[in-house]
Amino acid sequence: MHIVNRELEGNSKGYWALLGGLGALILLGLFAAYNMEHHGHVITGMNNQIVWGLPHVFAVFLIVAASGALNVASVAGVFGKKAYKPLAPLSALLAIALLIGGLAVLMLDLGRADRAIITAWEVNPKSVFSWNVVLYSGFLGFSAAYLWAMLDKTVKPLYPFAAYGAFIWRLILTTGTGLIFGFLVARQAYGTGLLALMFIIYSLLYGTAVYVLVLMTAYLGGQRPLGAEVMRRLKNMLLIFIAASFYATLVYHLTNLYYAKEWEFERFILLDGGLYTTLFWVGQVIIGYAIPFVLMALPGTRDNRNMVALAAILIVLGALAQMYVTIIGGQAFPLQLFPGFTEKSSFFDGQIHQYIPSHWEWMLGIGGFAISLAMVAFAVKILRILPESLADEVADPHAKK
Amino acid sequence: MNQFEQYRRRFIGGALAATGAVMAPGVMLMQVAHSRAPEEGVSSKHRWGLLIDSSKCATGCNDCVTACNTENGLSGETGLQDPQWIRKIELTNNNTGATHSLPMMCQHCEHPPCVDVCPTGASFKRADGIVLVDRHICIGCRYCMMACPYKARSLVHEDLNDTQLAHMPRGKGCVESCTLCMHKVDRGDGTTACAEACPEKAIVFGDLNDPSCEIAQRLATYASKEVRADLGLNTGVRYTGI
Repeated sequence: MHIVNRELEGNSKGYWALLGGLGALILLGLFAAYNMEHHGHVITGMNNQIVWGLPHVFAVFLIVAASGALNVASVAGVFGKKAYKPLAPLSALLAIALLIGGLAVLMLDLGRADRAIITAWEVNPKSVFSWNVVLYSGFLGFSAAYLWAMLDKTVKPLYPFAAYGAFIWRLILTTGTGLIFGFLVARQAYGTGLLALMFIIYSLLYGTAVYVLVLMTAYLGGQRPLGAEVMRRLKNMLLIFIAASFYATLVYHLTNLYYAKEWEFERFILLDGGLYTTLFWVGQVIIGYAIPFVLMALPGTRDNRNMVALAAILIVLGALAQMYVTIIGGQAFPLQLFPGFTEKSSFFDGQIHQYIPSHWEWMLGIGGFAISLAMVAFAVKILRILPESLADEVADPHAKK
Repeated sequence: MNQFEQYRRRFIGGALAATGAVMAPGVMLMQVAHSRAPEEGVSSKHRWGLLIDSSKCATGCNDCVTACNTENGLSGETGLQDPQWIRKIELTNNNTGATHSLPMMCQHCEHPPCVDVCPTGASFKRADGIVLVDRHICIGCRYCMMACPYKARSLVHEDLNDTQLAHMPRGKGCVESCTLCMHKVDRGDGTTACAEACPEKAIVFGDLNDPSCEIAQRLATYASKEVRADLGLNTGVRYTGI
């Protein structure tokens, strides 16, 4: 059967309620940004010890998920798997939307958000942040071109160029995101190129999980058929990505455990770091990896799409826990200026740093999420992103017709 | 000479006098200001730095910190969000229990990680080795604070309410740190507020490149240490006695 893409009607009460709710969250986010700009970061929980806080947890999650959300499209466009072709436009759209949401949070959190544009002409070629200005714009450009080539058959020659370009670019982009931390030489948690690879692997998991949730919501809300075959393929992808993410996490911590100089840091994260230890084991490992893996692998639950949706929600929660542990846990552990000595000072040297996020930071972070989702909700109503049907007989190239 | 000619001469004379009166203070002021031409900017002939003798530094003495706060207009408060350009660290050896006290501030690295990571170049190193933040182009991203191995930098979290001093402009939302009292260095004081204030003369300011300078001679004579020397940053601040 031929696949026909059509705009979502989007006239139901549910649709307008969704758009209205997201709009309200965006307004709250902007209100928080205004207050942070007006009063300064004094109204946040961030301080001179924990310099990147909850907004960065949301922003980095969204940016990492953005590159991963493109994965479904790459499987179709680069690896030539036909079954994923009808799923590809939403994949590219989601990549663009998540990146813009994440960048909005990052920019609005700046001490001088009004000066963000300076990064466009004052460029420091040694700074990963400077590279990222190019990487983010390039990713938006490639993804937009890719989406265009998929939706408009008159620009077909653009398709392979955009598909390969976006795929290679997303790998470079997430390398850049991982290296923001990987290039920090002095902190126990960072300073390893492994972070670039970890972020690429995490991105596949997080982006695909968000993709699954958005796809299911759209087809449920739009009352369009979504076949078991599509769900099975996406579920299998998630299973592989969970295993890979767990492996990456394992290698990172095992490497650290091999070095005596990292023992105290590992002890902090894995054993006695309070909130950070809980978030690592309960959040990242159990909620983010173990439960979703079991839900999607056990015969009793794996064919139940509600369980797959639950697994995807748990993966996103685990992802936020991982970002919290990586970004804030990494800063909470004090810098070691004098290894072998116990340090004490008025600037909190030698002690675990305190951080309690304020409601402004929650509002800003959730506002970024809302920007991404509102963009998707709006775009599927005005563009032919979603196939009318993803029922098995339509979407599955091997289905018995 | 007719009346008109008289008037004309008086007018020219008056005009000349008025012009002179307007010009003179400017000319005089230029002499007084004696400003340096742009091409006479700071030079890499100098490498300014500090040598800190931890064995002379007394536990509990905070004079260098107080002097720095006064010199640069900092409040001196020590909450989680308050900027601190210099702080006293008390060290206890984990094995022997031996204690040391020392001041810690921006180490003015030759290869500063804060300068590497800054997306706009606001974090920069002067030719004479002083590491600074250009408050005009700092966007407050705090990446330099993440990168600094010495925790030397602070973000200004709130309005400064006119507590700034003319020689040390600061700004809410920008990052700042020890400037090695560049305003004093540039006007030829030959010292910093912390070095001046130390009752034990435990802090010596000087030019690491000038062999006749006390700091260079001491460094050539006694064993000294860079904090986190393993990072290979070649700091401008050195320590003895630890």
